[in-house]
Amino acid sequence: MPDRPSRSIRSWGRWVLGLELALVLAFLYLPIAVVAALSFNASGLPTAWTGFSLEWYAAVARNEALLGAFGNTLIVGAATTIIATILGTLLALGLERAVRSTFLDTFVYVPMIIPDIVFAIALLSFYNLVFTSLLGLQLGLWTVILSHVTFGIAFVAVVVRTRLRHFDRSIEEASLDLGANELRTFRNVTLPAIAPGVVAGALIAFTMSFDEFIIAFFTKGTSETFPTQVYSMIRFGVTPEVNAIATVVLGLSITLVLVSQRLRGSLE
Amino acid sequence: MLRRRLILLGPALAWWAVFLAVPVALVLAYAFLTRGTFGGVVPTFTLDNLARAADPLYLRVLLFSLRVAAIATLVALLIGYPAAYLIATLPPRWRTPVLILTVLPFWTSLLIRTYAWIVILNREGLINRGLAAAGLIDQPLELLNNEFAIELGLVYGYLPLMILPIYASIERLNPDLREASADLGGGPLRTFRRVTLPLTLPGIAAGCIFVFVPSLGNFIVPDLLGGGLSSMVGNLIQSQFLRARDWPFGAMLSLILIGLMGALLFFQAWLLGRQRREALDA
Repeated sequence: MPDRPSRSIRSWGRWVLGLELALVLAFLYLPIAVVAALSFNASGLPTAWTGFSLEWYAAVARNEALLGAFGNTLIVGAATTIIATILGTLLALGLERAVRSTFLDTFVYVPMIIPDIVFAIALLSFYNLVFTSLLGLQLGLWTVILSHVTFGIAFVAVVVRTRLRHFDRSIEEASLDLGANELRTFRNVTLPAIAPGVVAGALIAFTMSFDEFIIAFFTKGTSETFPTQVYSMIRFGVTPEVNAIATVVLGLSITLVLVSQRLRGSLE
Repeated sequence: MLRRRLILLGPALAWWAVFLAVPVALVLAYAFLTRGTFGGVVPTFTLDNLARAADPLYLRVLLFSLRVAAIATLVALLIGYPAAYLIATLPPRWRTPVLILTVLPFWTSLLIRTYAWIVILNREGLINRGLAAAGLIDQPLELLNNEFAIELGLVYGYLPLMILPIYASIERLNPDLREASADLGGGPLRTFRRVTLPLTLPGIAAGCIFVFVPSLGNFIVPDLLGGGLSSMVGNLIQSQFLRARDWPFGAMLSLILIGLMGALLFFQAWLLGRQRREALDA
């Protein structure tokens, strides 16, 4: 069979593909690794390694404005996560159990795919008209929370829905047959069963809020969140301090996402 | 039943009505209203904003954005497809860890990941310092603030979004089909072109949309790596809102952006529909 590809051609092809994948992974991780390495360099410069140092982390820990912004971002993240998790979980239950609507199924993805710059100006226009002009209120962290909840709901709902689909409904029916009412069944049967999905969704919502920049930039008023503060530092230039911040942020979000993945994986 | 629907769906849908539907509708309206003398919006209908968007000055920004997003998408596809292909054909035990590894960066801050490229590319950056130390250059190279840097940043930012759907479409592919093609005398390239590629087209289309859409309206990457104040349409919208304070024109630009993306999503749906019909006919 002359036309049949020989084993050697195939394995040669796999080698090329393997090399390509290695390069892709290097491309994805080397820039991050460079920043992390520089954050521990005593000189703080990419010129030469002058010894391991934690001084840039100490400098970050002394930066009042940055710490304040970090606190703000934790507040925004926590509030967003609580509201988005409740609304998103209810929505997931509703979409899975109460209605059958292709329109709603698609609509859930709208907050995720709408360009964030458009979302940002839409929310700013709305807040400006309703809150500032009509009610005389100042924009601040609370408007960032309202904004983040809007896309957080979508992420939670999508994650919780996957969990619900893998869920054996007969145990709910059993609970109802045994005389528990709907609320009790939900609390004692449904909720424990979907809990990993809910927690995974909550972690994703928190991560998205924690990292979100543009919408916060437009709707924060005079407050600062961590990303908007870091943005102004970056605009000012490359500093060893920013390298340290970047390393902490990347480490934190990678941990959160891996935990979330684990929780979601536990259903399979 | 109605009560249950209301309790479950009501809160989220009410939230979206207020904080999603109304704000987007407002942008739609602002796009056809007049700018006030001191910023703000005057409720007088006008098509001036649309005419202004067609001005060569702004048209160039739109076309530049389309070109940059298209190039970034193409490069991501060329890099991402082989990677996705290999991951999907790895032994099952390896598949998920490697896939998570490629997608993980997407879940971290784009702002920080874009910053990493400033560290590498700036005049005092890793590449310039390295080349100077090796005696290859006297003057630092200008690697930032150009089209290449923007495209690099976008590919870097959204490559995981290309790999994920292509991976999914290849993984779903029945390996018997490839074997059958090989048995019938199709070489590896021919098998790829005639069997694998057409069957993974939905994954390719999804990946291209996932990269093209956030690239087209991007703000951070062109802002940090592209230098210019209004190099891409995202930057132009930002400056209309926060600097020039011409909200109606910024709203019109946003509307055009949404329109372009909507057209793209329709095209994708049409493409997938056509493919499905062809598959049924065959």
